Amino acid sequence: MEKEHLESHLSINRRRFLTSLGMGLGGVALGSLLVPDMFSGGVDEETVMAGLPHFAPRAKRIIYLFQNGAPSQLDLFDYKPMLETMHGQDLPASIRMGQRLTGMTANQARFPLAGSYFKFNQYGQARAWISELMPHTARVVDDLCFVKSMYTEAINHDPALTFFQTGAQVGNRPSMGAWLSYGLGSENKNLPAFCVLLSKGKGNGQGVYSKLWTNGFLDSVHQGVQFSSGDNPVLYLNNPEAIDKADRRRMLDKLAALNHESYKEFGDPEIAAKIQQYEMAYRMQTAVPEVTDLSREPEDIVKMYGPDCLTPGTYAANCLLARKLSENGVRFVQLYHQGWDGHDSLPGQIKGQCLDTDQASAALITDLKQRGLLDETLVIWGGEFGRTNYCQGVLTRDNYGRDHHPRCFTIWMAGGGIKPGVYGETDDFGYNIVNNPVHVHDFHATVLHLMGLNHEQLTYKHLGRRYRLTDVAGNVVKDLIA
Amino acid sequence: MSLRLVACLFSLIALVGLGLSCMGDAAATGQEKLPEKVSYNFHIRPILSDKCFKCHGPDGGHREAGLRLDIADSAYAPLKETKGGFALVPGKPDASELYKRITSTDTGYVMPTPESHLGALTAFEQRLFKKWIEQGARYESHWAFTAPVKSKPPAVSDIKWPRNEIDHFVLAQMEEKGLSPNEEADKERLLKRISLDITGLPPTVEMMDRFLGDNSEQAYEKMVDELLQKPQYGERMAVHWMDVARYADSYGYQDDNIRTQWPWRDWVIHAFNNNLPYDQFITWQLAGDMLPNADKEKILATGFLRNHKYTEEGGVVPEEYRIEYLLDKTKTYSKGILGITMECAQCHDHKYDPFSQKDYFSLLAFFNNTKEVGYEGDVSVSKPAKNPLLSITKDEREKMLQFIQARDTGMLTVSVMGELEKPRKTFVLNRGVYDQPGEEVQPAAVRAVMKFDTTHYERNRLGLARWTVAKENPLTARVFVNQLWQEIFGRGLVKTSGDFGMQGELPSHPELLDWLAVDFMENGWNIKRLFKQILLSATYRQSAKATEKKIRIDPENIYLSHGPRTRLGAEFIRDMYLASSGLLAPEIGGPSVKPYQPKGIWEATTSGRGVLAVYRQDHGDDLYRRGLYTFIKLTVPPPGMIMFDASNRDQCEVKRLKTNTPLQALIMMNEPGVLEASRVLAQRLLHDQKDASANIRTAFRRIICRKPTANEEKILLEYYQEQIALFEAKKLDAAKTIKVGEYPVDNTLDTKQLAALMKTISTIYNLEEAITKT
Repeated sequence: MEKEHLESHLSINRRRFLTSLGMGLGGVALGSLLVPDMFSGGVDEETVMAGLPHFAPRAKRIIYLFQNGAPSQLDLFDYKPMLETMHGQDLPASIRMGQRLTGMTANQARFPLAGSYFKFNQYGQARAWISELMPHTARVVDDLCFVKSMYTEAINHDPALTFFQTGAQVGNRPSMGAWLSYGLGSENKNLPAFCVLLSKGKGNGQGVYSKLWTNGFLDSVHQGVQFSSGDNPVLYLNNPEAIDKADRRRMLDKLAALNHESYKEFGDPEIAAKIQQYEMAYRMQTAVPEVTDLSREPEDIVKMYGPDCLTPGTYAANCLLARKLSENGVRFVQLYHQGWDGHDSLPGQIKGQCLDTDQASAALITDLKQRGLLDETLVIWGGEFGRTNYCQGVLTRDNYGRDHHPRCFTIWMAGGGIKPGVYGETDDFGYNIVNNPVHVHDFHATVLHLMGLNHEQLTYKHLGRRYRLTDVAGNVVKDLIA
Repeated sequence: MSLRLVACLFSLIALVGLGLSCMGDAAATGQEKLPEKVSYNFHIRPILSDKCFKCHGPDGGHREAGLRLDIADSAYAPLKETKGGFALVPGKPDASELYKRITSTDTGYVMPTPESHLGALTAFEQRLFKKWIEQGARYESHWAFTAPVKSKPPAVSDIKWPRNEIDHFVLAQMEEKGLSPNEEADKERLLKRISLDITGLPPTVEMMDRFLGDNSEQAYEKMVDELLQKPQYGERMAVHWMDVARYADSYGYQDDNIRTQWPWRDWVIHAFNNNLPYDQFITWQLAGDMLPNADKEKILATGFLRNHKYTEEGGVVPEEYRIEYLLDKTKTYSKGILGITMECAQCHDHKYDPFSQKDYFSLLAFFNNTKEVGYEGDVSVSKPAKNPLLSITKDEREKMLQFIQARDTGMLTVSVMGELEKPRKTFVLNRGVYDQPGEEVQPAAVRAVMKFDTTHYERNRLGLARWTVAKENPLTARVFVNQLWQEIFGRGLVKTSGDFGMQGELPSHPELLDWLAVDFMENGWNIKRLFKQILLSATYRQSAKATEKKIRIDPENIYLSHGPRTRLGAEFIRDMYLASSGLLAPEIGGPSVKPYQPKGIWEATTSGRGVLAVYRQDHGDDLYRRGLYTFIKLTVPPPGMIMFDASNRDQCEVKRLKTNTPLQALIMMNEPGVLEASRVLAQRLLHDQKDASANIRTAFRRIICRKPTANEEKILLEYYQEQIALFEAKKLDAAKTIKVGEYPVDNTLDTKQLAALMKTISTIYNLEEAITKT
């Protein structure tokens, strides 16, 4: 495809474009240069977009609610009465089949099964099982598709997270958001195409790391930009206290005049690009706070997301902010919420995690829907792997821990061309998949498909190889698509 | 070989044009002129590699129809699946199945297949194949795997221009393209350029005055020599090598605790300053511990192979990670030193280059004999170094390893290499997975690059090191010369500095690259000499001015018809504002430091475990150290540096991107470090002198490294006066303006003047030219 040529010659493109433009630079007001939007890579948009998307997209934007640390599917969505019946008995070897375990439980003498402490009920048209921990999610059940047969290859957090976000367990590959930014660009000239929001619960936490939102070998305009609500939404965005907008304008006018002097001498199109870079930064200084200011949200919205949504840095605030960014054209909003790593005291921890997240996740669905945006926004909820059906540590009736389990886990998706319902099935022990397995590569292929991109064609040639988000595998799961 | 290559270069530009088909060049019509002689290496192989080798190349595990097109004998052989057919019949395109298929319009017959998404060959590419087959379909060995030969510098028409051999090669190609060189850059810009290139710092006003006043023939060369003797040269060179060696101050996986690898970094600075020959520089880092006279310095050098990440996550499978570390070592060695993408052969035979999976694991076997283990426990038992480690006492630092700048008297430990006494067996790992061992392999270097003759080389790391720096090795010298060229000109003679293989770009100046590589080896792998050679060339000294014609003919300046104009690297942007403001703390080496950083960045991502959960900013001089000493926490590398395209140090990198995003403008306008530098420079200038024009001129010189033009001075003075008026009218708050940074405010000065000058200087720091080598 042509896109990679374009991208790899991006700087030359920019040079050529600006050269043709720069010849007339003197006649144009410096602040209103029609240079291409820098968040789409500085390339002539019309040329880039030729051939993309590959087919009609079902979704225009994505909000990915990543539950970092791996929530227990067995306590939330994958109801297994067998585990209650056999509570305390050993996991049969015929089920485990010698599969590898993490170093935390590999040396346990026993693998006692742990039934969930929580009650389950069925909801919605699909009669989907949801535990009592997620009452709000249960209310939007008819918009959700539960994929109960997700599986991955990694059994430790770092490689598993990296795999979900970049399509490879190790290496410095571009993350999902970066690929989408590269493939589809931004819908808003004043905001990055890929934004990242971080929050933490009180449960056992696993860190996140900026490699998860890296541009890898793609141009760094495709890198995820960290956002937050509150006074300092983007790093270095705010002028120093003593400089107001008018004063910044004065400085930029002088700066442009000075840079223009230099342009006249060298004819280097990068100088014209620099002038534009400052203008864009200036526009961001207005545009970003308008989007990130949650204080003017009406009462019913605040009520819907819960009072936490007015506290910057909470999951609820980030869900609300995600809606605002998405509504304003941000292609990919990536949330991370820490605290799901329930190796011990899982019942207590997961309760807290759900209190922090359930209401806001559901509110996001409702809110998008009432704005008519859910159809074109794909929302994804899920962690990096699942948790074991057997107990890590000491098992009692009301307390247990669960280790990492990559063989099966549940995620849900909603909106953007997704068919609501339940997909895939695990065995009675919740240990292996018995029906319709979905690999991480399949998940990526499907998400790209919904965005109108063929995962085999969205490639970038780097050091001799055409890289893809899906590496060398992945199949679109057609049954997930409405 | 080289002469033939030059003859082909005219058509090379057509190929370059082809890559840019979006530009609407003649390439799109397929009507442009074919080369006189079609070259396999320059015209055919790049197309074969890109479009055919994936299914008909070196990978034996994935070869369609039993057809292999990267080797002449197999390509000429009768086709297995088409009776009586031949892929290539020399002299007869119409009898060649390959040609019939690439020109076919039948979707069931055409190659590459539509399903491959590789795209059909263009009309021009088809014509190239036709002519190549007509001319005999002759294969050639890959240029980069053939030892370089020093050819005579070509004759040029403009005999007055060249200053040394480099210029002959460059000018000959320029003349072919109808380009002519620029005049020499003016002295101020030239000085800034060499000062940044050699030391990574702008020249001081004293140096500027001295250089401008020295009109002797030798003035320039003397200044180059002077700069090469400065210890800041080692710091500047270290930045590049720290990227190659993926240096960091933390262990990198999720919990990401602190580690002590900086004594290795101090050694790198020392080695560059001492001008340790490149062959030894590499030998020590690969196998310093195994040299017959191994001392602690040589052992410390092997930290190179231990800089990669280490997991401290609970519950990992140790062997999985031990293998991961070997993969990383193998990648760093092959990409950083040999310039090849060996890692592609980890799971299967290489798709494009003649590297089998067995070759890959034979190479990995050299590193497999280390005492390293996969896991030493989680973050709660984390130590500054992992086994095998080197302990360095205070006494040793004082007597021998004086270049290590420890802050206290305690013992230092650094992760280094160390061999097991009984060799560990190495196996091919099926699909590259740690618990799927296959055939056993013996240590051996990459055959396709150069034979690993076991009568010459021991089957261990030392043998590998010797093989690497053997004069016959076709890659090592070329790759390093190219990296240095890239550092100076912003673009390597081989643009893909990390891939000299089949899919890499061809050298723009093959003969020059070879000449430099051989000359480098003949002169004892002398890095400073090579540096000086490049800087003394007329090519380097050209002004950076680009005419419309030059940009049109050669937008990337591949043919070097004007001087380089590149944005400074992230670390050097920081160095620039610290040095020009006088804030820079000149100390060399030591533990990394934590300057200003936006609040909460480490805290927002951490698991809460380990000593790096919270960012504890340093104070005093530690706020003003050079960029290379900024603490690299791998999971959250310094955001300001990352936005300016610094490596995140996750993997070996040989080349940085140079991108342009609005976030960069925000940093230069609002980062407290830049604002503090503006304020401190303003107060220093005001301390000596109240005249605004004079102060603006001096500030401009210190930052931009030249005198401002009358118009520039006028614009800046207007801004200054405008600001004074606003402060006086209380429209802006002067006292608040100057409240930035921890460096003390000079209270004897007039606050309004200080604030106005500070903002004027901050504007100068935001000029494109401030962060550009011009």
